[in-house]
Amino acid sequence: MTLQVMNSPFNEQQVALLNQLLPALTETQQIWLGGYLSARQIEKTPSESSSTAVLEAQEIVEKVITKEVTILFGSQTGNAQALAGKLTKNLQAKNFNVTLTSMNDFKVNTLKKIDNLLLIVSTHGEGDPPDTALPFYEFLLGKRAPRLENLQYSVLALGDSSYEYFCHTGKEFDERLLELGAKQLSPRVDCDLDFDEPAEEWFATVLVALNHLQGSHSAVDQQAVTGEDASAEAEYSRTNPFKAEILENLNLNGRGSNKETRHIELSLEGSNLQFEPGDSLGVYPQNDPELVDALIAELSWNGDDPVAVNKQGTFRPLREALLSTVEITVLTKPLLQKLAELTANPALKELVVAGKERELKDYMYGRDLLDVVRDFAPWQVPACEFIAILRKIPARLYSIASSQKANPDEVHLTVGTLRYEAHDRQRLGVCSGELALRAQPGDHLSVYVQSNQNFRLPANPNTPIIMIGPGTGIAPFRAFLEEREEIGAEGKTWLFFGDQHYTTDFLYQTEWQRFAKEGILTQIDVAFSRDTADKVYVQHRMLEKSQELFEWLEEGAVLYVCGDEKHMAADVHDTLETILQDEGGLNAKEAADYLAEMQQQKRYQRDVY
Amino acid sequence: MTKKIVLPPQAGKPSDVERIKLESNYLRGSLAQSLTEQISSGINDDDNRLMKFHGSYLQDDRDLRNERQRQKLEPAYQFMVRVRAPGGIATPAQWLVMDDLANKYGNGTLKLTTRQSFQMHGILKWNMKKNVQEINAALMDTLAACGDVNRNVMCNPNPYQSDIHAEVYELARELSEYLSPRTQAYHEIWLDGEKVVNSQEVEVEPMYGELYLPRKFKIGLAVPPSNDIDVFSQDLGMIAILEDDQLVGFNIAVGGGMGMTHGDAATYPQLARVIGFCTPDKIIEVAEKVITIQRDYGNRSVRKYARFKYTVDTKGLEWIASELNNRLGWDLEAARAYRFEHNGDRYGWIKGNDGKWHYTLFIENGRVRDVDGYPLMTGLREIANIHTGDFRLSPNQNLVISNVTSQKKKEIVELLERHNMTDGAHHSALRRSSMSCVAFPTCGLAMAEAERYLPLLVDKIEVLLDESGLRDKEIVIRMSGCPNGCSRPALGEIAFIGKAPGKYNMYVGASFAGDRLNKIYRENVGEEEILALLKPLLAQYAKERLEGEHFGDFVIRSGHVNAVQNGLDFHDEVASTNA
Ligand code: SRM
Ligand SMILES: Cc1cc2nc3c(=O)[nH]c(=O)nc-3n(C[C@H](O)[C@H](O)[C@H](O)COP(=O)(O)OP(=O)(O)OC[C@H]3O[C@@H](n4cnc5c(N)ncnc54)[C@H](O)[C@@H]3O)c2cc1C
Ligand SMILES: Cc1cc2nc3c(=O)[nH]c(=O)nc-3n(C[C@H](O)[C@H](O)[C@H](O)COP(=O)(O)O)c2cc1C
Ligand code: SF4
Repeated sequence: MTLQVMNSPFNEQQVALLNQLLPALTETQQIWLGGYLSARQIEKTPSESSSTAVLEAQEIVEKVITKEVTILFGSQTGNAQALAGKLTKNLQAKNFNVTLTSMNDFKVNTLKKIDNLLLIVSTHGEGDPPDTALPFYEFLLGKRAPRLENLQYSVLALGDSSYEYFCHTGKEFDERLLELGAKQLSPRVDCDLDFDEPAEEWFATVLVALNHLQGSHSAVDQQAVTGEDASAEAEYSRTNPFKAEILENLNLNGRGSNKETRHIELSLEGSNLQFEPGDSLGVYPQNDPELVDALIAELSWNGDDPVAVNKQGTFRPLREALLSTVEITVLTKPLLQKLAELTANPALKELVVAGKERELKDYMYGRDLLDVVRDFAPWQVPACEFIAILRKIPARLYSIASSQKANPDEVHLTVGTLRYEAHDRQRLGVCSGELALRAQPGDHLSVYVQSNQNFRLPANPNTPIIMIGPGTGIAPFRAFLEEREEIGAEGKTWLFFGDQHYTTDFLYQTEWQRFAKEGILTQIDVAFSRDTADKVYVQHRMLEKSQELFEWLEEGAVLYVCGDEKHMAADVHDTLETILQDEGGLNAKEAADYLAEMQQQKRYQRDVY
Repeated sequence: MTKKIVLPPQAGKPSDVERIKLESNYLRGSLAQSLTEQISSGINDDDNRLMKFHGSYLQDDRDLRNERQRQKLEPAYQFMVRVRAPGGIATPAQWLVMDDLANKYGNGTLKLTTRQSFQMHGILKWNMKKNVQEINAALMDTLAACGDVNRNVMCNPNPYQSDIHAEVYELARELSEYLSPRTQAYHEIWLDGEKVVNSQEVEVEPMYGELYLPRKFKIGLAVPPSNDIDVFSQDLGMIAILEDDQLVGFNIAVGGGMGMTHGDAATYPQLARVIGFCTPDKIIEVAEKVITIQRDYGNRSVRKYARFKYTVDTKGLEWIASELNNRLGWDLEAARAYRFEHNGDRYGWIKGNDGKWHYTLFIENGRVRDVDGYPLMTGLREIANIHTGDFRLSPNQNLVISNVTSQKKKEIVELLERHNMTDGAHHSALRRSSMSCVAFPTCGLAMAEAERYLPLLVDKIEVLLDESGLRDKEIVIRMSGCPNGCSRPALGEIAFIGKAPGKYNMYVGASFAGDRLNKIYRENVGEEEILALLKPLLAQYAKERLEGEHFGDFVIRSGHVNAVQNGLDFHDEVASTNA
């Protein structure tokens, strides 16, 4: 039938256009459009990702459709995992038959049997996959990967645009799947640190596409897609953080130390937030008031002017927004590109042109918004416009240093104060600086629990554990031992700790001594790099004990590494390979496989940053 | 080869330290392991007890104790190392090693002790072995610098009668040598000597036995007229007897000691009493027998009653004398006449009767360190670099640069001046006669400041001295941070013994020659009261003193305190003025 003004809500002009368009559409296109339009209704704000979805719509092919969906996630700090869980709930609510697996539990040989694959993965390191994604990543990008003509997929990539390789792993998976002949169910969406909205949009388009494949015309029920079921808002979460009172805030480093490491105890009373040893706590920091005021002065703004702090159009005074809503300390390429449009100063435009990546990177390193504002004046920008292009200030994660069983209603953190001089200004980490300089007992911090399934005590309390955590990497192991004490675990425990100086930097020393005395800590080896002429680090202590360490591994010990990602984690990994070769008589390949195997079995877990 | 020594049975259950010694297998214990254990920079209590025999104490920086506890850090553990130097003599080479170690492993200072040895503070466990090995390589050792054995043997540095000094010093060295423990533990633990298995029958310690002594034991040799070593404060004192400038032998005095415990009148400082005379060739034999008496009869149940002075006072002087004669198999001769004039040091240059020069340098409280405008440690290092004679640590914590040839003298004078090092002539005579123990922050037993505080107190006392024109009057003043009396305060004409932070018991009335104990004058006084008490005393002394009368004698004559004739009376009826 053809549309008429009488039998439709459209005016004549629209009717004419529609009658012109509709007959020209293939069936698929019509069905897709149906789904798309219904999805449109629920989208609070039309977004880049969904509009690109329209363009790429044609790519979707006709085929027999199942209600089977596999959701595969690769997550290091839990974001991807959380999103995957949420998506699962939503799809199940739409009667999809969902298989949710972490990449490291995924049987690669089943890949060929899958029709619909939704892949959510973050990027870590310098554009590396999360540890748990590694086996799958190597399989898929390797030679053994099969052709996947029958597969339809979509990728949600998590990342941080302040890194050079933004969402790199997600991109790699996306490209590789295409290469292997798989078809995009909907285009990949790359999320920056404030990933909630883009993720929601991706959910929507994915659901539409799936619905369409099923030929289902059912109007998409908003609840299920946005997943914000009523109760969720009541619960405290990353999007609805709990205001935790600071109970204790002390420096763990003795007089004369070069370091400052704060031990912080927060009250979770009334939050009914639950966490396991291995989880992290997200903390929303406040920017340094001095920096904020300098910025306001530099741009001769008025701190009291109201500015919009989100797309919903909530207004807050400028100064407040700069303090607690937007990020002003990290520079990203997208940000500078947008800023280039706002200054009369041509130098910034020149800096962001293609081909100048290296210069841009060098410029961004160690600089913040105040530097940009000073370096590229003059600015005639109203505050609201300026604020609009800034990223939301991201929460900082801190490995939880206490066991909830041991300290109900409390959560403890171990926070290294970040101080550095760059471009002749003394600079402070936003969050660690706030905790060191401003946060007083009695004050409150906005926090949430970031569950981390990839850093867990073995289910069996008799399993031996080896914990390697120099510096603040020690934090989760304090939680581990507190927990093992509470549950009366019998398994052996071995801690490797290191820092600069024995006398001043042996974090939580008296607690380890107690754990050792009570037999909860079986063995401890420490390395202090600045006490002796030749620097000793944890990996050296591991080598000294290589035979014993190998024996523990052979006994099935679970090995944990926490702390510095750049150097420590890598050195420890290499050292483990060496030990496996020396003590286990393995060759390089076998040693690598041994560790991969351990990773697979969750016997080699890392929480590095 | 001696059979195992079996001690006569004793009343009372043996103190815990006796058990530790017994189980230690001649001072080994589990020290070797404790020293490598990583979770603590300290060592366990039992091993620490044994550590003392090896010349070192586990301490912690008490300034930081509370703050670190809050920070979940153990106390700032560090070791104090005491290096024995019989008679306080060290070669320039040895001085340089001490200096180097103090800076390399220690806290950058050296402490010249009241018993003429070296102490370094602040050595971390991880450096202890290297430290001891380097000390050993310098032909010095720390063995028996502490512990229930004979301690560093003191002897008067006596620059005057060079020949006599040479003789007496040689005897001090032989005594020290002969009375050293024989166990191989020291070599095993510190010097990687190979392990020796002790057979069950044979006695490893022919004199001490496996339980060693009930308590520390101290020997000192004095050469009248100088009593700088405070011969009467020693467990065993030997007074050189000179007849027409020849050393003919020694008077033997027994049962001296300074330590006491606040609030326990059964503990008291005591002076050694002369029981006879023997010729120089006999003194080692005499020392050994006296020590074996203390070994057999000293109290092994309550450590604070275990010093030889209490053995002497309970058994009685006569009993001791006759027991000694029995053990010797011959009798001591009757004591000979002698006369002491002072127990302080004589500063500046003097020429020995062998034509060599000696310079006695004032070192406040024996602490050698560099401070702004006074680079003492550096200066001494530079002197040691060119010095051809020796160094002598004085019993008053000062330093004698000894045996300087006339040629070298100019150079040394030059170096002294360049580093503002002086005989302290610009100080009051009282400051130059002052002595203080270590106390805070390293001493675990300190109740009040001493080394860090006495100089400040003296600044204020000097004002009073100037008011009364007493700046050049020698008055022996001593301060200890607790009643253990490491600065021999009971022999100070004015003395302070710590009770609590900022609070001291004040004593006056000891003799200038170190042969009469002082008496409590006021209890629990702080700085204000101290100065208020001293002001009139000094003023009155300035006005009313007799020709050549010393302050200690004056306060007794003028009735401020009663003379203490015997340590047993130390605590009795305090003078009326104290009501
Ligand atoms: C370094 C020195 C004081 C100084 O400033 O020079 C010293 C320092 C200490 N003495 Fe002493 N004594 C020192 C000479 C003395 C003297 C004076 C003397 O021997 O001429 C005495 C009084 C004489 C006597 O023994 O009666 C002395 C009586 C004590 C006592 C009490 C002993 C007693 O039985 O009454 C103790 C506590 C103990 O032994 O239990 C003690 C204990 C200590 C300790 C080791 C504290 C401890 O046991 O933990 C002190 C170490 C402090 C530090 O941080 O260095 N020290 N001590 C002297 C080192 C002498 C040496 O080179 O061997
Ligand atoms: C899973 C996880 C667990 C963590 N657990 C802990 C923990 O237990 N304890 C802990 O202390 N931290 C932990 N962190 C790190 C923590 O989240 C923060 O990254 C850290 O505290 C710094 O945050 P900030 O706000 O203080 O510094 P920011 O303001 O975020 O500054 C950090 C940035 O400063 C820049 N920078 C740093 N040094 C220099 C320099 N020398 N020159 C120029 N630029 C420089 C770098 O770009 C760096 O990214 C964890 C991180 C993760 C991901
Ligand atoms: C140590 C570390 C390194 C990171 N490296 C990158 C990177 O190279 N590129 C990127 O886009 N994001 C990077 N990120 C940001 C994460 O991908 C982002 O925080 C993401 O939300 C984490 O998701 P997950 O919790 O599922 O692992 C890094 C994060 C951390 C903690
Ligand atoms: S007198 Fe007391 S405070 Fe002073 S060093 Fe001796 S033991 Fe320590």
